[in-house]
Amino acid sequence: MDELLRGIEQAMRLIASGDGALAEIVLLSLRVSGLALLISTLCGVPVGAALGLSRSRAHGLITALLYTGMGLPPVVVGLFVYLFLSRSGPLGVLGWLFTPRAMVSAQVVIALPLVTGLTMTAVRSVDPGLRVQVRSLGATRLQEAWAVLLEARIGVVAAIVAAFGGIISEVGAVMLVGGDIEGKTRVLTTAIVLNTRQGEFSLAIALGLILLALTFAANVALLRLQGRT
Amino acid sequence: MIYELAQLRQVYNGRTVLDIPRLDIEEGEVLALVGPSGAGKSTLLRLLNFLETPTAGIICFAGQAGGAASLAVRRQVTTVFQRPILQRASVQANVGYGLRLRGLKVDGQVDDVLAEVGLQDLARHAAQTLSGGEMQRVALARALVVEPRVLLLDEPTANLDPYNVALIENLIREQNRKKGTTVVLVTHNVFQAKRLARRTGLLLGGALVELADTAHFFNAPCDARTSAFVRGEMVY
Repeated sequence: MDELLRGIEQAMRLIASGDGALAEIVLLSLRVSGLALLISTLCGVPVGAALGLSRSRAHGLITALLYTGMGLPPVVVGLFVYLFLSRSGPLGVLGWLFTPRAMVSAQVVIALPLVTGLTMTAVRSVDPGLRVQVRSLGATRLQEAWAVLLEARIGVVAAIVAAFGGIISEVGAVMLVGGDIEGKTRVLTTAIVLNTRQGEFSLAIALGLILLALTFAANVALLRLQGRT
Repeated sequence: MIYELAQLRQVYNGRTVLDIPRLDIEEGEVLALVGPSGAGKSTLLRLLNFLETPTAGIICFAGQAGGAASLAVRRQVTTVFQRPILQRASVQANVGYGLRLRGLKVDGQVDDVLAEVGLQDLARHAAQTLSGGEMQRVALARALVVEPRVLLLDEPTANLDPYNVALIENLIREQNRKKGTTVVLVTHNVFQAKRLARRTGLLLGGALVELADTAHFFNAPCDARTSAFVRGEMVY
């Protein structure tokens, strides 16, 4: 217990001092997860909206695939991205393995089904009568889709926030494809694993507190948004 | 004529829900359509609003016939539905929605129409917080502000208290009188049809059984089914 309390005290000092190594890890985490989230949002929201607005025969199959994607274990994602990006893999020529690009790719695979699936659900939950009524007011198909998306906006933002919470806190994928290389691919989660193993508890706790703060902030944002519905 | 319908049929999953050989609607008239639930009244309104394409037949609008109506034609017609669905926005934003769709500047006309429906004090309120009657008035204001050539009303006063019924009927009357808007009103309230409509039609099982001047429709109907309906008997 004493060791834990000492670790927390030292962690707070590290954070307060603006330690360079700590800052580098935090910034890389935010860059990797931020970029993965941006790509997932730009691709996932329009696709999710289109799926939510349409009713094709393949609808059930697509929904099942999306829900499966939402539940993919990050380490399994990491494994398959690793195999694809390895020298003998189909995308090995890119040379992305053990770089932040590989980490972003893996996190996009994790986040994209989440953003797409939750956006689709949010759009589907909008009263179907709204589409008829905006159309009767003279909306084009595009204006009709935009009206529905606006009504679903709280659910869509919640999808994005949930995806962020998922990827900022995952360790399996980024460990496998990034390799936790100091100064290059070390992020919050991989650094926590490393420092804990090495007995560097103060740094591990500091990183853990920051990660907790980030995921807490994401969940508070999500709850506030849901509270507005 | 604003509408000329010929050989109009609508079929869903093999079931014919509407079958009207001929129906002409004059510009500027108020036409009421009565009949039991499932008679095809709402289906007819959806076709008149070009929200669906008929299975067969022609709908001529202002002399223009053809398949899918153009956006310019669609935007001359609007519907107020029995259950108004408003967007998560202010009353003012909801009422101005149709104007923004058309790329028009939203100016004093929203405030004017809100005053007409008696909701000027609620302009900045969230539309979702209004009562049922207030929401229906917002829906009517939303339809009126775009100055439609044709106003379709699908049981607009169902579930409303007498005050709101009277208020909305007055607005419909004024809209028709002042702006010459053609009104097609679907209602279960035969007294409402008597109060508002110049002509009344009875729909039964998708067929237009009788269409006549309202006084003639209620006082001296030609069809026995119309007589039974007017007397309040179950007619199927």
